Amino acid sequence: MTDLLQVRGISKRFGGLQAVADVSFNLGEGEILGLIGPNGAGKTTLFNLVNGVFKSDAGTITFLGKDITGRSPDQVVHLGLARTHQIVRPLSGMSVLENVIVGACFGRENQSMREARATALEVLERVGLADRANSSARALTLAGKKRLEVARALAARPMLLLLDEVLAGLNPTEIGQMIALILSIRDGGVSVFMIEHVMQAIMNLSDRIVVLNLGRKIAEAPPAEVVKNADVVEAYLGFPDIVDKLRGAQ
Amino acid sequence: MMLRRPLFWLILLLAAVFAWLPKHGNNVALREDLILVAVAIILTSNLNLMIGYTGYVNFGHIVFYGLGGYVGLYLMTVRSWHLIPAALTAGVAVSVLALLFGLGILRLRGAYFALATIGVLEAVQAFVSNFESWGRSTGMYVSFESYVPMGGPKHALWLTYFLIIGVMALSLMLSLGIRRSKFGLGLFAIREDEDAAIVLGVNATLYKAIIYSVSAFLPAVAGALMFFKNGMIDPSIAFEYMLSLEGIVMLMLGGQGTVAGSALGAGLYERLRSYLLTSPRLSAFHLVIAGALLLLVIRLAPGGLIGWLYRLVPRSREVIE
Repeated sequence: MTDLLQVRGISKRFGGLQAVADVSFNLGEGEILGLIGPNGAGKTTLFNLVNGVFKSDAGTITFLGKDITGRSPDQVVHLGLARTHQIVRPLSGMSVLENVIVGACFGRENQSMREARATALEVLERVGLADRANSSARALTLAGKKRLEVARALAARPMLLLLDEVLAGLNPTEIGQMIALILSIRDGGVSVFMIEHVMQAIMNLSDRIVVLNLGRKIAEAPPAEVVKNADVVEAYLGFPDIVDKLRGAQ
Repeated sequence: MMLRRPLFWLILLLAAVFAWLPKHGNNVALREDLILVAVAIILTSNLNLMIGYTGYVNFGHIVFYGLGGYVGLYLMTVRSWHLIPAALTAGVAVSVLALLFGLGILRLRGAYFALATIGVLEAVQAFVSNFESWGRSTGMYVSFESYVPMGGPKHALWLTYFLIIGVMALSLMLSLGIRRSKFGLGLFAIREDEDAAIVLGVNATLYKAIIYSVSAFLPAVAGALMFFKNGMIDPSIAFEYMLSLEGIVMLMLGGQGTVAGSALGAGLYERLRSYLLTSPRLSAFHLVIAGALLLLVIRLAPGGLIGWLYRLVPRSREVIE
């Protein structure tokens, strides 16, 4: 598997808070890489560093063999790295269709308005929002807005998609639909890097998982190994040696 | 593409009516009324590119008009240029200057940007008031020789009138063209949520600087034409802060973000203002009425008159815009 994304030693400090500290990992082509960690672990900050919303204090980020460290988010999208927001940010005064047209127009293929319209309709069909195309983005439910986030990012025709908690706040049926969508995105040749708190989902979806705690990477392994990792369990549950105690109880 | 838009033909019709009405009966009084309406439409529709399309409130938009007037009159009186190249050069010069200002102040957002635009207006006015070559606070006058190449003052004034009508039509066409373009879509995305737009791939810094510069061009050309028509310019009439504010009132009244709204608001407000200013009883009241009107519009019809029409008859939006 060739590496699509290589992150080497990136860090971000906000005043006295070391939000991300010396994090390195690789993401392979066609892979779904999960990113988990307790609240405040620095997951969204790591996303913001990768897509250029924040500039890293140190280290390098390489995407498709190009050094993208310090590039702005709009340049990163043109190269094929798109993302969604944890707190949804629809362009409220525009229709659902127009929102997705923006994604297509300013994405990797830099499409014309006409092409972008066709792309947007196709993507809306795919995420299940085709019947809402002409309604205002403001009028969508939370689940609808999360799908809109995914649709806009997909319309950019990315090679790598960063999904920031697209399952949070959805009911079980909606979660099932979103999981199917994520798998279909990967089957369409797009790699996925996703933050998620819905553990069952991320354990089933991910090929590998990176675990952050207090800004540091504490594990990087396939899901089955991550759940057995003592540091990870401790980070989530807070007791040292809890893994041994749990094993003893079995 | 544009030829299929009803609004394109409406703009041409409006310009034709404006040009024909006063010329037909050689009605100079009507021409003077319509020229004020045309200038109001030029200023408002270009201001709309910033406020309505991009979501950046520019309180100092009049600075482009005033600077255009100064550059134009300087070229015509001191350098003896013809009206048309002088007006075009004024437009280009002011646009370039706006691009430089824009790259600086467009790093600010919201209220901070709005305050900076007032700063730009004040700074330019202070500079011009002390600039020797432009006559400091006494300004510049158009000499009689400037009319000669145009066949005397009478012909020159009619020519200026037709040129201003042309600039009015171009302003509205520009608004219409941008509204339906990819560039316009990027501006609307910035207006709705600038950070989200950047993450979607819009180069917000560049787009904002370009639209700020574009919104300066035609007002500057209009300024050069209008101050030539008036025969003189000085800092207090060139950079009249009130006119800048009234432009915002016109835009809100007609409907920000729409092409037809900016023209409608400018036309209605300008006629109302002329009526109030010339009425013996109400002339001192016109700003009070402007303020009350703005409050009423924001409270009752936040989308302006056109927004209200579009909500009442949703089909009309597709036909007109």
